[in-house]
Amino acid sequence: MFYLELLLVGLVWGCTYAMMALGLTLVYGLLRILHVAQATVFTLGAYVGLLVANHTGSLAGAFVAAALAAGLLGPLVYRFIYRPILDKPPFVALVASIGLLIAMEDGFRLLFGPYGLSFAKNTWFTTAVGFGGLSLNLVQVWIAVAAVVLLSLFALFATRTRAGVAWRATVSDPSIAESFGVGVSGVRHTSFFIASVLAGVAGVLVGLLNNLVEPGMGSVISYKGLAIIVLGGLGNVPGTLLASLLLGVVESFGTVYLGKLLDRDAIAFLFLILVLMIRPQGLLGKAR
Amino acid sequence: MDYYLSVATFAGLNVILALSLNLISGFCGQVSLGHAAFYGLGAYAAALCSVAGLPMGVSVAVGMLVAGGFGIVTGFAALRVREDFLAIVTMGVGFLFLGAVRKQAWLGAEMGIAKIPSPLDKWGYAALAIGGAVAVLLLSLHVRRSWMGRAFGAVAQDEDAARSIGVDVSGYKIAAFFIGTAAAGLAGGIYAHMTQLVVPDAFNFVQSVTILAMVVVGGIGSTLGVVAGAVLLTLMPEMFRFINDYKLLVYGGLLLLVMRFSPEGLAGLVHRVTGRRLA
Repeated sequence: MFYLELLLVGLVWGCTYAMMALGLTLVYGLLRILHVAQATVFTLGAYVGLLVANHTGSLAGAFVAAALAAGLLGPLVYRFIYRPILDKPPFVALVASIGLLIAMEDGFRLLFGPYGLSFAKNTWFTTAVGFGGLSLNLVQVWIAVAAVVLLSLFALFATRTRAGVAWRATVSDPSIAESFGVGVSGVRHTSFFIASVLAGVAGVLVGLLNNLVEPGMGSVISYKGLAIIVLGGLGNVPGTLLASLLLGVVESFGTVYLGKLLDRDAIAFLFLILVLMIRPQGLLGKAR
Repeated sequence: MDYYLSVATFAGLNVILALSLNLISGFCGQVSLGHAAFYGLGAYAAALCSVAGLPMGVSVAVGMLVAGGFGIVTGFAALRVREDFLAIVTMGVGFLFLGAVRKQAWLGAEMGIAKIPSPLDKWGYAALAIGGAVAVLLLSLHVRRSWMGRAFGAVAQDEDAARSIGVDVSGYKIAAFFIGTAAAGLAGGIYAHMTQLVVPDAFNFVQSVTILAMVVVGGIGSTLGVVAGAVLLTLMPEMFRFINDYKLLVYGGLLLLVMRFSPEGLAGLVHRVTGRRLA
């Protein structure tokens, strides 16, 4: 029973990682940029969601507002920061992204205070749901539901719509896609939009899960998101999803069995390093 | 006076850290996001030796060896994974170091190691840090002009091409990691004795990014540029109260702006204005 509960908690964490990591892998697949600043989008989503929820009392409104705010910020980051430096060596964009992330962490601290804010009314947090002897709170259930629904929508988008086909064509070869009439710039903006909406929604969900929204909440999850997309094989969507769930479970078991030796983040990165030493191309990546 | 001496000491330490990272990332092209871990390894190892009663010189040397030893291990990782993968692995090394230290009772866990013996006075530490900085600076200038420096450059530009003309890519990568991390360990050893206290948070990811910021603002690959970047970023928070309160905002903003508008940093600006490349 205990193991099942650990497994379940791990999978729920894995779902939040998946919502972050899918966006990161989209961006990496298109532009070869490790988009660390996704954490800024995530945190912005959480704050906007919290403010709307606390002022209007409507969680649905909170999710919509968070998705919109995040969906606006992401493409702006691409347009004004990444696009002008796309032809530079890869570390340039990575360092710029880290810069934006840590600057904005201080920015959030200035705007909203250092201690973090809580939801005024977080009924999901206090409602327990029983599953044949296992108990979860409602936030955890909603995280799993949201991840499954959003990721299925994404899969439908990628395989069934024109825009999705254009996106996959651009990932495999931007110049040939362009010569077939795909608007590469539009595809890139759309990808940043999708990635950011996912991150913004994930931000609100993680805020609800901890019942706390604070300036630094995005950074660790974003570093882990990077670890996950590397683990899955950079730019590989199924690999990313597998790695997200696996990392969530490894962390939840690891904190129980290795908790005396290493903290949660160290366990995640130890797992990453071990896997990469055995399979340098990631779990599902192709050997180069 | 004490205040100026401690600022000078930190400037010296930061120059050592930035130059040592520049050797790995600038000269040899191996991006590292976990340099603070080696700074921390040097500091913790030296602290343990000193608390156990060894003289400071021996403790600092042990710190360098421990940091360099783990640097070699990380260098082996750099043989397996490249570029973006390596950046994430080195970031992971940083988190692993921090997470491991936080949980070890014999390393003082969150409280760190306190009451480290401090045999020198303020002047002594300033002289030591600046002396160390000058030594690493001369080493960098020398390496750049030596056979090893050219080999580093070849590895940085195109590993496969370098290998095809007979450059021992693996050997040079490991050498770069060893020299760079051992120098970071030296800075750590001096830091531990000067402050008499080491805690895990002094060596976190933000510290790694701060060192990277110094390298990048100065101009990655340029020794003199990196020295200027390290000194500038050390002095700025001291000169402007505002900057000290919002260090991350300023450092992060600087990283972003430099990358966005002048990815070659100060050295690149000098090159553009005077037409001369800094060493």
